[in-house]
Amino acid sequence: MELFTEGDPIADTKAPAGPVEKRWETRRFEAKLVNPANRRKMTVIVVGTGLAGGSAAATLAEQGYHVKSYCYQDSPRRAHSIAAQGGINAAKNYRNDGDSVHRLFYDTVKGGDFRSRESNVHRLAEVSVNIIDQCVAQGVPFAREYGGLLDTRSFGGAQVQRTFYARGQTGQQLLLGAYQALERQIGLGTVEMNARHEMLELVIVDGKARGIVVRDLVTGEISTEMADAVVLASGGYGNVFYLSTNAKGCNVTATWRAHRKGAYFANPCYTQIHPTCIPVSGDHQSKLTLMSESLRNDGRVWVPKTKGDDRNPRDIPEDERDYYLERIYPSFGNLVPRDIASRAAKNVCDEGRGVGPTKLGVYLDFADAIDRLGRKAIEAKYGNLFEMYERITGEDPYEVPMRIYPAVHYTMGGLWVDYDLQSSIPGLFVIGEANFSDHGANRLGASALMQGLADGYFVLPTTIANYLASGPLDKVDASHPAAVEARTDVEDRIQRLLAVNGDRTVDSFHRELGQIMWEHCGMERSEAGLRKAIDEIRALRDQFWQRVKVSGTGEELNQSLEKAGRVADFFELAELMCIDALHREESCGGHFRAEHQTPDGEAQRDDDRFAYVAAWEFTATGEPAVLHKEDLKFEYVHPTQRSYK
Amino acid sequence: MNLTLRIWRQKGPEDKGRMVTYPVDDVSPDMSFLEMLDVLNERLILAGEDPVAFDHDCREGICGMCGLMINGDAHGPQRGTTACQLHMRQFSDGETIDIEPWRASAFPVVKDLVVNRNAFDKIIAAGGYITAPTGSAPEAHSTPVAKANADAAFESAACIGCGACVAACPNGSGMLFTAAKLTQLSLLPQGQPERYTRVIGMVDAHDEAGFGGCTNAGECTVACPKGIPLNTIGRLNRDYLKATAVRGDTPGS
Repeated sequence: MELFTEGDPIADTKAPAGPVEKRWETRRFEAKLVNPANRRKMTVIVVGTGLAGGSAAATLAEQGYHVKSYCYQDSPRRAHSIAAQGGINAAKNYRNDGDSVHRLFYDTVKGGDFRSRESNVHRLAEVSVNIIDQCVAQGVPFAREYGGLLDTRSFGGAQVQRTFYARGQTGQQLLLGAYQALERQIGLGTVEMNARHEMLELVIVDGKARGIVVRDLVTGEISTEMADAVVLASGGYGNVFYLSTNAKGCNVTATWRAHRKGAYFANPCYTQIHPTCIPVSGDHQSKLTLMSESLRNDGRVWVPKTKGDDRNPRDIPEDERDYYLERIYPSFGNLVPRDIASRAAKNVCDEGRGVGPTKLGVYLDFADAIDRLGRKAIEAKYGNLFEMYERITGEDPYEVPMRIYPAVHYTMGGLWVDYDLQSSIPGLFVIGEANFSDHGANRLGASALMQGLADGYFVLPTTIANYLASGPLDKVDASHPAAVEARTDVEDRIQRLLAVNGDRTVDSFHRELGQIMWEHCGMERSEAGLRKAIDEIRALRDQFWQRVKVSGTGEELNQSLEKAGRVADFFELAELMCIDALHREESCGGHFRAEHQTPDGEAQRDDDRFAYVAAWEFTATGEPAVLHKEDLKFEYVHPTQRSYK
Repeated sequence: MNLTLRIWRQKGPEDKGRMVTYPVDDVSPDMSFLEMLDVLNERLILAGEDPVAFDHDCREGICGMCGLMINGDAHGPQRGTTACQLHMRQFSDGETIDIEPWRASAFPVVKDLVVNRNAFDKIIAAGGYITAPTGSAPEAHSTPVAKANADAAFESAACIGCGACVAACPNGSGMLFTAAKLTQLSLLPQGQPERYTRVIGMVDAHDEAGFGGCTNAGECTVACPKGIPLNTIGRLNRDYLKATAVRGDTPGS
């Protein structure tokens, strides 16, 4: 059977024509408005409370809409944006080092390996400056210089210092800013907060997204919530690999359920493998921990020149070390983009020069920086990261070099959205990591926080008004046949998972799925490997539904049931990721196909055949998906072979 | 390593609860504490028993979701470390480890080791913010902030809202949590306009939620995985006194 069929091409019809720097202004002016008196009669559901969802829910409520917010954690403050360490980019040019909106736009389009939309990326760069203003006004304690002004630092893929930060906890501080704005609205009664609730289905009435089915994770109660529009801000799907830097609860269920109901899933194979994570220590490993990319500002990456050199790293003399990033990429050195740094680490380990007990690791060494700046300066910059490293590994990075290895970190793919961040289902908006729109095939460091807050604070609140203004929509409630059907589907699925009562745990399946994905759909992909992975995923999925064992009942706090539902969806997503990776016969950004590389081993794009967004339409379980192509046009940043040499 | 775990099991808020003993063998010193519980749960599921419910998410010490009393210490024996970042190399072979939920009247048990910390959110909703609706912000550099104040604000802002301070406190007080947020916002120029209404709102919400009062026992700051200093509570008290003497919404106050 064919793996997919091709359908009609699609176009992003909402992006206005005209010069790129005028498009957002034009769209804002042309977008319809909703009268303040009418806003309070309208309800918007927001799923997820990270940077995108939290900021969107707070902002919509400030504007006067009635908002219902949902998260699976016990508090909206815990969404995984909180774990972002390094920083947030903004084109403020406070350093006077040549930065501008246009340069941030240029760097982001290039960093994404020419697989993102120019219109979206330009808008992102424009609003980046407003984000910093907004966060400072909220009391976000960014790092400052002695004069009292904001400090910035460098990040991968850029030669200007445009990254604002709050020590190694930038995501936490930005998220708490959004969370506090959200709590203010909860206190005012404009946001109805539902923590420990998980969205399990989307409700579509007359072709429009009108509600969701949620499970109360404490009581197990299933309820149907209706609204005028639904916003998904449910994050990325990196946990399809089982081991990733994502929080344990991160999952694809909200977006996957929407995909099954008609929302196109775009570029699912674009995943970001972060180069600096703590290596796996054993089979018990439940997650991987990131060491911020900011460490590459001062740390130098190296491996021994000779294979199997097991000496203590401090005993290996300078001339027997290979600082391979500095050697191969002299102009960017240790600050090459993430995809490039990750593959370079994989290559030296494949050559047998990896370090540590598993030989899947490279050194990140601060000895030079400590000599140059003193231990105190390094402590001030990275103290908390060094402590975290020591807690996990039992080694002191002030004395011995850190060992790092790449790990799954972020997913650039996600639900397809137009310029208004609306999916292919009217009334369903998707923001933050859950959508696909701004990072192309590779996201630059410190750009996820920027995009999440751009979408939530500034873009969505404008564009969703345009949709809502076309109303009023007919009043519908949970007794509508479409809502009842969605709810019944959820209940049936829970019963099916509980009824299998087999002999393998959910985690054992998840771990095995993750191994297949890491092996064949990770840092390097090939046709043979992907075909094998698709067969293995299908076989394992069948096993899952015959042998999984979920304890307890649906009417209680049941973490094993929660996991089972999420893993069941990961199986379906995993197959689509492999199909997407297989069909894209080129290498670009984080998607590296072994068959498509330049003579010196860099990613070889094929712009003639693949300069498009691959948007996949779901047909039926086990039936081939339909591919819709959205052609990408580059009028301002002309595609070139990315070079960081 | 071979260990004996004694874990608090409680089916729901109404259940009385009890300690149950579980032997766990072949624990690697490189495992995190929660990975060790994962191993136990995998075994319980296959044996047809109910796995131990515990909260966790990021497993890198920043989301604040995990929280266990381990041998009577909030987050266990290692200073400045959340339960998810605690590794088994901190324990010895043959050890018996007691694992309990946070115990405080403001944090009712939901199931086993899971508690309801919604009271913290209510304290924030009662004033733990700066009112700055989206779009209203001035240019970020229009108000410089002295580096010392910015750094001290950051130190307090590092709170992860895990609740260890409450669990460690003999009075079940949430003062360190409340004071951390108040200190952050009162050290910044942006936080001045609401400074005194904020402290009254948050302290009232704290008391209404059923937290106990602070008697300067100081257990909270020792248990805090982020090292929030005790002097934040002094700042809270000072602002609270001033706010009650001079109402914060009085012009000129």
